[in-house]
Amino acid sequence: MSTLEIDRARKLYGELEVLKEVSISIGTGDFLVLLGPSGCGKSTLLNMIAGLEEISGGEIRIAGKVVNDLSPKDRDIAMVFQSYALYPTMTVRQNIEFGMKIRGVPQAERDKAVKTAADLLQMTHLLNRKPSQLSGGQRQRVAMGRAIVRQPKLFLFDEPLSNLDAKLRVDMRTEIKRLHARLGTTIVYVTHDQIEAMTLATRVAVMKDGVVQHLDDPQSVYDRPANVYVAKFVGSPSMNIIPAKLEVKEGRAVAVIDIPGAAPTELAGIPVSSQAAAKYAGRRVLVGIRPELFSLAGAQSAQKLSVNIDVVEPTGPDTLALFQAGGVEVTARVPPRAVAARTPATLAVDTAKIVLFDAETEQRID
Amino acid sequence: MSRPTPLSNRIEHWLPRLVLAPSLLVVLVAVYLFICWTGWISLSSSMIVPKYDFVGLNQYVRLWSTPRWHTAVFNLFVFSTLFLALTTGLGLLMAILLDQKIRVEGTLRAIFLYPMALSFIVTGTAWKWILNPALGVQKVINELGWTSFVFDWIAQPTFAIYCVVIAAVWQSTGFAMAIFLAGLRGIDNSVIKAAQIEGASLPRIYRTIVVPMLRPAFLSVIVLLSYIAIKSFDLILALTNTGPGSATEMPSTFMYSATFRRDQMGVGAASAMMMLMTVAAIIVPYLYSELKESRDGH
Repeated sequence: MSTLEIDRARKLYGELEVLKEVSISIGTGDFLVLLGPSGCGKSTLLNMIAGLEEISGGEIRIAGKVVNDLSPKDRDIAMVFQSYALYPTMTVRQNIEFGMKIRGVPQAERDKAVKTAADLLQMTHLLNRKPSQLSGGQRQRVAMGRAIVRQPKLFLFDEPLSNLDAKLRVDMRTEIKRLHARLGTTIVYVTHDQIEAMTLATRVAVMKDGVVQHLDDPQSVYDRPANVYVAKFVGSPSMNIIPAKLEVKEGRAVAVIDIPGAAPTELAGIPVSSQAAAKYAGRRVLVGIRPELFSLAGAQSAQKLSVNIDVVEPTGPDTLALFQAGGVEVTARVPPRAVAARTPATLAVDTAKIVLFDAETEQRID
Repeated sequence: MSRPTPLSNRIEHWLPRLVLAPSLLVVLVAVYLFICWTGWISLSSSMIVPKYDFVGLNQYVRLWSTPRWHTAVFNLFVFSTLFLALTTGLGLLMAILLDQKIRVEGTLRAIFLYPMALSFIVTGTAWKWILNPALGVQKVINELGWTSFVFDWIAQPTFAIYCVVIAAVWQSTGFAMAIFLAGLRGIDNSVIKAAQIEGASLPRIYRTIVVPMLRPAFLSVIVLLSYIAIKSFDLILALTNTGPGSATEMPSTFMYSATFRRDQMGVGAASAMMMLMTVAAIIVPYLYSELKESRDGH
């Protein structure tokens, strides 16, 4: 059993409150990603779980045990740092067995643990090298090996891939995912990269200004973001947020979007409850549409948008088409060569996946 | 068809050489030429004025049969060992303590570094007064009521050299501290955090991880301090003037008095060559290891 419960945890630096009553709870084997821009408090929260920063208020429990006043070594955790934090004067083997040596593990057991970890991470041939003789990816692997031999209740990763180049980052991401599947341990992982969060997590906590904006599984965060901030932070290119007017026709919600040089377009079939529709009827709302919800309109398409394409950005597998709607720039992901710049086009919209947000509070309307 | 190089290009080509030439010339003459000249004199029979004959290693034999030179070599050994050990140890300890994110660190650093700004003459004179039994520490403590307290090392031939050590350590510890502090600041903080999470105590983290990482700083400190120890001259003159008797004679003061006071220029030159060889014995391996490391790309 290795659950993690963060119960109204707060962090104050003097008067400055950097974490405001954060509550997150995950179960055994969960992969929690703390996602947010720099300064959102995610690393502070991780350091508080690790015991490297004091907890100003609330409780943190690891495997049901309150750890607020425990020193890092007594929390049964292992941490992987962005800068790898390898001991430069020791060989890879010494790096991996340093913690066991301190805990007084006998030599035979240490050798066995080092061998297991080295086999798991395919670095047996590196054991006698110094960290300075390793590449970035190999160093990251050693750092993970050092964490694995600890067999902790909780793994903590602090932006472990940020120092790697793009290609290696993707490889190591897969490796971390595979490792999690193999070991089944509970992991808390801090990153500002939403793709890492989407690919790795079983639970994502999107943070901003010391507050958890949305805590859910990655697909739910992507499909039904809790507010405009989360909608824009997760996904690339980010979700289009288009100002529109909500009307109720025949008891169903219809969003009316202004298109320059054309009549206002109505989009029906938006998933929103009838109470909410009644409440927002006749008011301004924000319509959230992911770029891939657009497609080229066919004969059967029900919900259509006639627009003038400004710019096209081919990415290879598909093309991003930019146009104006509702007074903002909107991005649509369409098949390659489907549209051309500075020409009109008719796009279909999968309105069943549209998300509505309150224009003032920017919270999702259900 | 080759066109003549424009004047500006030629100036650009020659300017760095022109600028460096005077200092290169001065170094060649004032340092290397005179090293060679001293080497030559040490093989001659020069007394009060240089004499350009050749007597082989006679002057070296005379040097090594002078009891005063033996005192000087022994003192150098005692002084440099203690000076190096104490300055490095204290400097490291102070740097580690200063590195604990304490308040007024800047002020403290300045205070500890300040002695470095003084010349050894000032240090020597000040410590001469502090250590003088009739003026300094002993008198203060006697007047405070402990009348039997005696601290007169500076007047005792067997202990006077330790007074020189005290003054030199006082002057140089801040310097060693500054170098170690810079080294400590260069260490990634997450390395220490990682070791903390693994359960290592702070003394153990410093002993097994941080201090080994300071190897380059140790090398710099030891080489620079050794060179200060071997060439120490002004401190001795100001503090003890090689006394009592010749109890605090050092190779540098020996060389000076042999050459300029006792009209034994050959012996003086021989002692200077001995010092050069001692310095070279320290510096050359250091330079070699540094150059080797930079070739290996470390």
